[in-house]
Amino acid sequence: MTQQGVRWTAEQVLASAPDAASRKAGSKLAAAGPWSQAGTSDEGTVWGLCKGSGSKPYQTVVDVADPSGPAYKCSCPSRKFPCKHALGLLLLWAADDGAVPHGQAPDWAEQWLSGRRTRAAERTTRTGAASGATSADPEAALRRAERRAERITAGATELEQRLGDLLRGGLAAAERAGYGLWEETAARMVDAQAPGLAARVRELGAIPGSGPGWPVRLLEECALLHLLVQGWLRRERLPEGLAATVRSRVGLPGSPDGPPVRDRWLALAQYDTADTRLTTRRIWVHGAESGRTALLLSYGAAGRAPELSLPVGLAFEAEVSSYPGAGQLRAALGERFTVPEPAAIRPPGVTPAEAAARYGEALRDDPWLDSYPVTLAGVIPTPDGDGWQLTDPAGELALPLTPSAGTRPGLWRLAALSGGTPVTVFGECGHRGFTPLTAWAEGTGGADGADGAVAGRMVTLC
Amino acid sequence: MTGTSAASAWEELVTTALLGTDRRMPVGAVHGRQAPVALVDAAAVETVRRRAGIRPVRAAARPEPAAADRRAALPPAATRRLTTLLADRPGTGGGRRGTAPDLMELLPQWLALANAYGYAAPPEALPALLDAARGRTDLRPAALAFAGPRALWLARLNSDWRFALRAAPGGGSALPGADEPDRVRRLWQEGLFAERVALLTGIRAQEAAAARELLMSTWATERAEDRLMFLDTLRTGLESADEPFLEGALADRSRNVRATAAELLSALPDSALAGRMAVRATACVAVDHTGDTPTLVVEAPHACDAGMERDGVVAKAPAGRGERSWWLGQLVEATPLGAWSGRFGGRTPEEIVTLPVADDWQGELHAAWCRAAVRQRDPGWSRALLGAPSTPEAGGPGAVSSAERAKLLATLEADERAAWVAGFIGTHGLSEAFQLLGVCAVPWAPPLGRAVVDALDIARDAGSYPWSFSGVMGLAERCLDPAEAVRLDPLAATPEETEGASPGAGGYWAEAFQRLTTTLRLRAAMRAELTPPP
Repeated sequence: MTQQGVRWTAEQVLASAPDAASRKAGSKLAAAGPWSQAGTSDEGTVWGLCKGSGSKPYQTVVDVADPSGPAYKCSCPSRKFPCKHALGLLLLWAADDGAVPHGQAPDWAEQWLSGRRTRAAERTTRTGAASGATSADPEAALRRAERRAERITAGATELEQRLGDLLRGGLAAAERAGYGLWEETAARMVDAQAPGLAARVRELGAIPGSGPGWPVRLLEECALLHLLVQGWLRRERLPEGLAATVRSRVGLPGSPDGPPVRDRWLALAQYDTADTRLTTRRIWVHGAESGRTALLLSYGAAGRAPELSLPVGLAFEAEVSSYPGAGQLRAALGERFTVPEPAAIRPPGVTPAEAAARYGEALRDDPWLDSYPVTLAGVIPTPDGDGWQLTDPAGELALPLTPSAGTRPGLWRLAALSGGTPVTVFGECGHRGFTPLTAWAEGTGGADGADGAVAGRMVTLC
Repeated sequence: MTGTSAASAWEELVTTALLGTDRRMPVGAVHGRQAPVALVDAAAVETVRRRAGIRPVRAAARPEPAAADRRAALPPAATRRLTTLLADRPGTGGGRRGTAPDLMELLPQWLALANAYGYAAPPEALPALLDAARGRTDLRPAALAFAGPRALWLARLNSDWRFALRAAPGGGSALPGADEPDRVRRLWQEGLFAERVALLTGIRAQEAAAARELLMSTWATERAEDRLMFLDTLRTGLESADEPFLEGALADRSRNVRATAAELLSALPDSALAGRMAVRATACVAVDHTGDTPTLVVEAPHACDAGMERDGVVAKAPAGRGERSWWLGQLVEATPLGAWSGRFGGRTPEEIVTLPVADDWQGELHAAWCRAAVRQRDPGWSRALLGAPSTPEAGGPGAVSSAERAKLLATLEADERAAWVAGFIGTHGLSEAFQLLGVCAVPWAPPLGRAVVDALDIARDAGSYPWSFSGVMGLAERCLDPAEAVRLDPLAATPEETEGASPGAGGYWAEAFQRLTTTLRLRAAMRAELTPPP
């Protein structure tokens, strides 16, 4: 990837912010006022001094040329990463040629840069050596994999017994048993090195007390967990695609070994979910040529934005490889050939009935799938009692929105975009309903540049 | 298997699972240890079957589409700017502001410009716009005008935004116009109070007579507090033709209605009431030529008769005020200012306000003339009462408080207003200028802008802290012409600390001026983004 000398857009900068507060604080610093001695080099470095509350200005430097993602350094005490100064500097650089002229990096920036690049070079050499070591001893690797599979099998068998006990005594008792029972079982699955099972068990614990209809949901999840355990215990007899899906659902790490698909990929949606330890970023991309929709995942430690960021509505040319498993949508981003630019690519849409059918078909390859990405064409967001639905063009059938989607601010952006007229909506369709993620009105807008005028401006809803 | 039997098979499984296989035999009658496995096997099959068989539901009644918005689409850069402005919620920052602009404060200006160019709001920005308008009532008229008909459509779907339906200027598209007499009449007769006020206000703005007739059609049956609110709408487009109706309202049962009617009549210089008040007031003030210089002598009324009361004079004085001066004030306030020139031998307003007044009546008399000048929007008298901006007593012979001066200034043309305030600041500094600056047109005219910046510079040199001037500084950020930014650059440098100055003040001033220039540049950018391509 060559980003050298290419300025980012303000959207790209803002998308790299760890949270909304940083975006705001960064935006405020995106003016020449507090900055002095700002500059940028041909190698793709941006630096500047930012006046803070103290007497000594903060030294901020960003390396945007690194193919593995931008790197930031700032002398401010903030623990946010990147900090508001780095964001402000990049915004200034993105917006204004005059404010950040080309030049030679000052010493303080140069020191950090050269140190960084030396370390990066060392790391590459080391990793090369290490991977050589692994391949040199395939038997050891095989033994380790077998030991892990045995532990998972032991854990899965124990889980199966616990499910049996639960159903023998009745789900009604589970409500009284409380959360502790499930936490302990989840911990056992972590010990068994089956994080996928552990996560599902933990979710089971949250179902009693999740409102009306919980016994149905609990039985469904127990049944699917049972199905997964049975799949694991019989994985040798499953077709290879399904076996790979089971391995990945149980939590065994896979690597994206599918053939790289080179295409122009449109970023359809990007959203983060966070728990106390980890921020997970999910990015849906759509290939202009292949017509494929793929999911890119990126992770960041709590409080830090995941590295990968692809602003919605922009497209770039890149190679993408699938993870193993039949019907697997997750893919990894390989080599990137262009920077993200506004594009008129839009996935073709289907009706609500077709969307439901697609989810149903996807369950054939992966029965544990909660939802499937679809684009609904020409639907009208319609209030229905306490909830909302997307009604089809004929006005007869509709997909209900998931209850949680109905309470998010994105719902109102969707309603506003529609104004009672048809819009196209991309989202996740599943057994809980439809979660809208991005929407656009056909043939309106044009804010994304020349070709965006035809395609309609994409509005994020998540 | 039919749909119904599939559903009942699933319900059977759920019931068994709830009770437990120890208590209830699962379908297929498997005994002992295998029973739970059989149950969960069947449940797995049913779960996947149920999910794979999900179908769309029956569509609910669709909402009526929003009225079309025919205004031009907002340019892309302006759309992005709006998003940043709306993202800057109050209370998220806190503490010292540093050098960063206060984006939320720029939103009113952005909205005013966008409305002036006649742009339509991007639909996806409407929720954030409505939220902003909900939190800040001062933003509502501009925000709702910009948001347009689709915002009203949205507001009907979300109770958080109900205010938009009440506050919509003239009711937006929801209210009928003067060209739909049947709808107007029905809404006037059946509508809620707020809807009726909005209707009346809307029609009054278009056609004064139509609104008056609508009001007269039901006047006698309205409740007193409603009559007061309705009467208040006549302030817009007040005309001589309103006089008969207002005269009638002088006999109203409600004292507040009577007082408002009298106030409106007195603002019509040719009205009979104004004539009656002029007769009463001029009888109380005369020029005494017996001394060396002509002097005004005042003989305040000795009683408040029934006629005066009927014309809106409040008989009972507030605590601490003499009755007779209280009555005099009201008479003078309601007298057409033109009457005084005739009374005092053809003198101009300037000549009249410079006449000495005997027996400490000057304050009372001038204050009443100020109120009259404001009510009658008389620039000649306002100018006379303001006096020269550089007079030592800071504000001329008539006006005593900043608030009064600000009101008088508001009756002058924008240029004259700016020049007067610039002169005032040049002589008296910034400490009393805040209110006066508030009535000046934005962006400030060059002489006014220079006067403010010079005064800030002087305050800095005097060694005080900038937060003593934070109000003026904030105003300058919003009102100074962005073209002035260049001149401010030298001020934004951190100066050497001088002897006697407050510690650190220089740095804070540099910061404040940096924020000022940054904000001005931002405003220039905002304006450029909104300007349509030629």
